[in-house]
Amino acid sequence: MSNLNTGDTSGILITGGRLLDETGERSGDVRVIDGRIAEVGDGLAAQNDDEVIDASACVVSPGFVDLHTHLREPGKEEAETIETGSRAAALGGFTAVVAMPNTDPTQDCVEVVDFVRQQAARAGLCEVLPAAAITVGRNGTQLAPFAELAAIGVRIFTDDGSGVQDPLLMRRAFEYSLGLGITLAQHCEVARLTEGAVMHEGECCSRLGVPGWPSLAEELMVHRDIELVRLTGARAHFLHLSTAGSVELVRRAKADGLPVTAEATPHHISLNDELLAGYDATFKVNPPLRTRADVDAVRAGLADGTIDAIATDHAPHARETKEQPLDQAPPGMLGLETSLGVSIAHLDMPLADIVAALSWKPAAIAGVADRHGRPIQVGEPANLTVFDPDHEWEVVPARLASKSRNTPFVGTPLRGKVRHTIFDGTVVVRDGGATR
Amino acid sequence: MAAGPETSTPPGAKQVLGPDDVRRAITRMAHEIIERNHGTDRVALIGIQLGGVWLAEALGEAIARIDTSPAAVPVGSVDASLYRDDIGLRPVSPAAVSDLRFDVNGITVVLVDDVLYTGRTVRAALDAIGDYGRPRAVQLAVLVDRGHRELPIRPDFVGKNLPTSSTESVSATVDGVVIS
Amino acid sequence: MTASLLTVEDLGTSGIQRILDLADHMAEVNRRPNPKVPALRGKTVCNVFFEDSTRTRLSFETAAKRLSADTMTFAVGQSSVNKGESLRDTIETIAAMGVDAFVVRHGSSGAPLLVDGWTTASVINAGDGWHAHPTQALLDAYTIRVALNRTAGFDGLRVAIVGDIKHSRVARSTATALTMLGADVTLVAPRTLLPPVIDLPSTEALDDLIGDIDVLYLLRMQQERMGEALVPSLREYTMRFGLTADRAARLAPHALVMHPGPMNRGVEITVDPAELPGAVITQQVTNGIAVRMAVLFDLLGGERSSMSDEKATT
Repeated sequence: MSNLNTGDTSGILITGGRLLDETGERSGDVRVIDGRIAEVGDGLAAQNDDEVIDASACVVSPGFVDLHTHLREPGKEEAETIETGSRAAALGGFTAVVAMPNTDPTQDCVEVVDFVRQQAARAGLCEVLPAAAITVGRNGTQLAPFAELAAIGVRIFTDDGSGVQDPLLMRRAFEYSLGLGITLAQHCEVARLTEGAVMHEGECCSRLGVPGWPSLAEELMVHRDIELVRLTGARAHFLHLSTAGSVELVRRAKADGLPVTAEATPHHISLNDELLAGYDATFKVNPPLRTRADVDAVRAGLADGTIDAIATDHAPHARETKEQPLDQAPPGMLGLETSLGVSIAHLDMPLADIVAALSWKPAAIAGVADRHGRPIQVGEPANLTVFDPDHEWEVVPARLASKSRNTPFVGTPLRGKVRHTIFDGTVVVRDGGATR
Repeated sequence: MAAGPETSTPPGAKQVLGPDDVRRAITRMAHEIIERNHGTDRVALIGIQLGGVWLAEALGEAIARIDTSPAAVPVGSVDASLYRDDIGLRPVSPAAVSDLRFDVNGITVVLVDDVLYTGRTVRAALDAIGDYGRPRAVQLAVLVDRGHRELPIRPDFVGKNLPTSSTESVSATVDGVVIS
Repeated sequence: MTASLLTVEDLGTSGIQRILDLADHMAEVNRRPNPKVPALRGKTVCNVFFEDSTRTRLSFETAAKRLSADTMTFAVGQSSVNKGESLRDTIETIAAMGVDAFVVRHGSSGAPLLVDGWTTASVINAGDGWHAHPTQALLDAYTIRVALNRTAGFDGLRVAIVGDIKHSRVARSTATALTMLGADVTLVAPRTLLPPVIDLPSTEALDDLIGDIDVLYLLRMQQERMGEALVPSLREYTMRFGLTADRAARLAPHALVMHPGPMNRGVEITVDPAELPGAVITQQVTNGIAVRMAVLFDLLGGERSSMSDEKATT
């Protein structure tokens, strides 16, 4: 919430940090007043009742934007609510998250989208950008009212949780989306090839005696949608790419100049299918954890820009649901609070490129580049993250702000931790703790 | 209790009976068994696995040499491991499988073991035999009685009484009796 | 830390041999007029069967009772699992009643491993999903050992396992156990019935092998699989992979014919096993009790039981 006391020039002073944004890196202090950056320079002095935020040994960057979060509300509030999810997002350095529409009721109409926005505003911890479904109820048969939803500002449409199986319907969706300035995002999974699957189809699943999810099930739909983009000229975004084959398809599509973007999750750049050897459903996710070769290919895809953004696919599930045999447990992992730590620890990329993939690149895809991912310059909206890129830490499930505990990163060394988050000019995270 | 036949005396050990002494003791015990049972009619020898098996066979052979009746005394073996009273206190590994090919109902069983110590093995063997039938009587023959009984069990036929301390171990085979 | 039996790999080759040797003792007990010993008196064994299986459940109950253990049976359908109680809550509730061992059969691969993490009691896997069925593998190995008098191991033994390998926990465990004991195992199935990745030789040509093998192990071909386009029809399956009279005639005279049961007569086998001299299917069932007694004793009173490291001496 902005400071509404007109005439009161007390603000926030961020001192001692290294500024990092799309224009480059430099040292500097930042003063924020009334939700905007008021001053940037070296050695700024505190004034009036400025709240001083210590950014020594830290990087100050534009706030992160997550293209892919499940906030579970409405419908599964026992796993997460918009408030608890927003808090987890803020602690992870996110000032905006795109909320996936597989809620109950589905985010496929104006009423539900408005509800989500209101809940987010009440929590006031980050901006929540509800995505809408491509089909009504995500049933894969009838298109949702794209124009009505675009008119109230929805930019991303997806049936995430599943992919649109009908090629004719997907063609119509792409064609219809052309005049509306929206992006269709696809969860690429040919459902007939993955029935009953609980993990990647390969050597590990053969040993464990469980049905597998072949890489082909993802790659076939990536290929199909790339060709539909070529045919229709529409824009497409590929959610959570997980296989070497998918990365290569997108690389060639971009080389052909097609308007496609892609994201990858922190777990797909760090974990592989061997972790399922103990049948622990914490590691069950869609698309599944793949082989080391796939992990290497996804990392390489981020490094060369084939994959534009890191997106968490934060998927909370109540504890008891994950303490079940693999075929009964729901797929999904937490990601908001560990995204930065996993990314810096596992990506062999310059920090500036990692921050790009967390901040301004997803901001552009989400259509919010006017207020998130902005350069740190006077006049810009104050959505900022202050993080220590060298801080090594481990995740303790009991201390997570999320209502759920299904993080796969227990015991994984993480590097990089958010110290403070400023959302719309308000300090929502201070010294690693949420302020509200 | 003995671990099986040994062919040499380990250092620090003391041989208290040599092979000839053992042979004579067996012969004497065979006479005693025949005398006590007024012959060998409806008498059988059952050796307790592992250590009593060789002795039961040796007694059987000795009896056959002495006794004039044509029918040999049946010899069998019983493994008492599954009847031990310390299952659940220590891991137990059964030795060799029981081999009883004759009916024990109504006969006199001479239970045979190499060394009698606490008496718990004999108690277990008695229960084991009871699951095959109901003998008319059970008598106990041992080559060595080393004392330290923990149950009210006493032998009917003894080769040698040998007081020992509980820190010592006793091995009794056809080649002799050794304390170490 | 109590030991459990979740897969045959848990035992190792020497562990498998130990169980087979123990099974000799138990088989002798089973031949007596009163087939019972007091070895596990005072121990409680709970059968937790989430999948219907009268045969395996009875086999385990009988095995426990012959060792004088107390038994409890928890079968789905009689329980509060239907009221939404989770697997974990069910196990913890039963464990609180004082159980020394759980025998778990579940339709989901990995369930017994999860159960093992939630209780200090020993857990015996009685079959989980497609994954493993270690006691079946052990009784299969024991049956071969006795029938072919192979007490020293199975080096050079040629075994063919035929049928729906992909969905068969029996195939996985038995192939593993026999390979650990030295046998040469070949899987015989069409590609659709094999797991995505296999580490044993495989072939589709049963006719090329049938005269050269020592053991023919037939798996059940289930009618329920027909909806999944795995084979065009059961008739075609029988034609290519079934034990027909013609194939039975070409088996070597000493060769064993085995099946984990229950048989789909007319599908994987079209001859009457009673007329096959090498059929040891009923011995498998009999041996199942001795082997399960051996497993229970090994975990609750024998080498792998959790008392002290002190070995029994008297």
